[in-house]
Amino acid sequence: MATHSSRLAARLMVAPSVVVLFIWMIVPLAMTIYYSFRLYRLISPERAGWTGFRNYAWFLNSPEFWQAISNTLLLVGGVLVITVILGTLIALLIDQPVWGQGPLRILVISPFFVMPPVAASIWENLFMHPQNGMFASFALGLGMKPILFMEQYPMASVIFIVAWEWLPFATLILLTALQSLSSEQLEAAEMDGATALDRFRYIILPHLTRAITVVILIQTIFLLGIFGEIFTTTQGGPGSASTTLPYMIFKQAIAAKDIGRAAAGGIIAVILANIVAYFLMRGIGRHLDA
Amino acid sequence: MGKIQLTRVRKSFGEVAVIPGLDLTIENGEFVVFVGPSGCGKSTLLRLIAGLEDTTSGVIDIDGQDATNLPPAKRGLAMVFQSYALYPHMTVRKNIAFPLKMAGMAQAEQDRRVERAAKVLNLTDYLDRRPGQLSGGQRQRVAIGRAIVREPAAFLFDEPLSNLDAALRVGMRQEISELHQSLQTTMIYVTHDQVEAMTMADKIVVLNAGRIEQVGAPLELYNAPRNIFVAGFIGSPRMNLIEGAEAARHGAHTIGIRPEHISVGDGPWEGVVGLAEHLGSDSFLKVAVDGIGTLTVRAPGEVSARHGDRIRLAWAGKLHRFDAEGLAL
Repeated sequence: MATHSSRLAARLMVAPSVVVLFIWMIVPLAMTIYYSFRLYRLISPERAGWTGFRNYAWFLNSPEFWQAISNTLLLVGGVLVITVILGTLIALLIDQPVWGQGPLRILVISPFFVMPPVAASIWENLFMHPQNGMFASFALGLGMKPILFMEQYPMASVIFIVAWEWLPFATLILLTALQSLSSEQLEAAEMDGATALDRFRYIILPHLTRAITVVILIQTIFLLGIFGEIFTTTQGGPGSASTTLPYMIFKQAIAAKDIGRAAAGGIIAVILANIVAYFLMRGIGRHLDA
Repeated sequence: MGKIQLTRVRKSFGEVAVIPGLDLTIENGEFVVFVGPSGCGKSTLLRLIAGLEDTTSGVIDIDGQDATNLPPAKRGLAMVFQSYALYPHMTVRKNIAFPLKMAGMAQAEQDRRVERAAKVLNLTDYLDRRPGQLSGGQRQRVAIGRAIVREPAAFLFDEPLSNLDAALRVGMRQEISELHQSLQTTMIYVTHDQVEAMTMADKIVVLNAGRIEQVGAPLELYNAPRNIFVAGFIGSPRMNLIEGAEAARHGAHTIGIRPEHISVGDGPWEGVVGLAEHLGSDSFLKVAVDGIGTLTVRAPGEVSARHGDRIRLAWAGKLHRFDAEGLAL
């Protein structure tokens, strides 16, 4: 890839896929922007004409909107904290040589293979249900009133379920990072008088920084769009206590059949995602460099 | 102080006895080299002394105190690893200061010791760099720096030069020897390279399959190897070992003649030159001698012999005789 002609040839060969990717990205984005300025309600006869920024104004003035934003950030932040901390601890644990290490690791990874609506249903109906759930029968057995998870703590319940789904991913990435740590470094630290806690803090944690960064970046991308778990369990309720931005857009598009407003919400979500990405890259992006 | 005494030390990994039982005394201030082929247990022995492996049985005494069950940090030993094991996310300064920080030493004293170690090892200009920005030799020096700031009772080196190129290796070898001269601290050095062993050691411990074959000063081992293994391992190129009629003539099962103790020119043996390596200062010849086999010859200076020439050889110097068990007679 050194000479001028070989660089030119490389660019020409890459060009078609770049063009396809660009179209792939720009067409939906352009259509969303177009609809976000249109009056386009499926259940009303008036579905033509420009509305200016009225769709955006409705979104920003909606009492649900700011709650949805804060719920979205709470969901992303909560799941990240739980998965990174627990993921690190579980990775440390299953990195130890134990009997049946292979099956154990598969078990740890397996929640990741459960489809989101299925996982949410299982948790809602088999564990958190106030009558049939396991937690309810524990509570009753201890003589307490069952907790109404989906009604009293809807957001915490959703965060818990999503964290359960994403914990294996974090564990897997952190485990592989842990395995690439040279044992001589740990032995050297041991000779230098570092206790187990010191070794974790000064050797293992710095070694994991890049993997943790990867976990945070990838999970943030997926967590910003979490929908299925909320749809299956709380439906964004009670009221709008567990409505996130994607769920609010869904309600406008499918429940209210207002394509214009949903499109405006979509553009707001894109802007939010970019703001989050900007701060993430500024905050932790430098850890990605070797 | 750094006197280390091993008494009937055994180490097994499961069924495999890596070290089947071994006694050794290392005096204070000695430079001891453990040498042997790969898998002879020399690194395991070093790790036993360091405390990174538990002994299966036996006693390790450090300065008259039973250290067998002490954790590594409490033994007062510092180790330099083969991979250097530097902490990649810390600067050189923090790497060197790490053991001091772990010991809870005051910052001022830490700085003083780091500066002094850096000066000894020519690292002053690199203190704020990270290990990734250093060359192999510099990393090696940082690893040594991290060991010397602790002022340990003894240094343990685990093949520290094997990742360096040949020229650098010679230089670092001298630096470590000079360091030993100036610190006068006990050093235990593991290597598979007998040249390193011969040049650096006060005392060489030759290991084979977890057993000590011989302990002694470098020239003692060279001049009076206790058995065929030591005879073959110490000295480069390897000693010629001759069995059969020629050995029987000297009343032994096997006789050993070092390549440098054979002279070219006139003599009782005649053979065809196979390989001839001319280094200028020396010439190494492999000669297929009639009725004896292939002999390696090290002739000083330039010798005109070429591949295929017929030359005559004479034995000139010490001859080692071994019995059927391989022990020196």
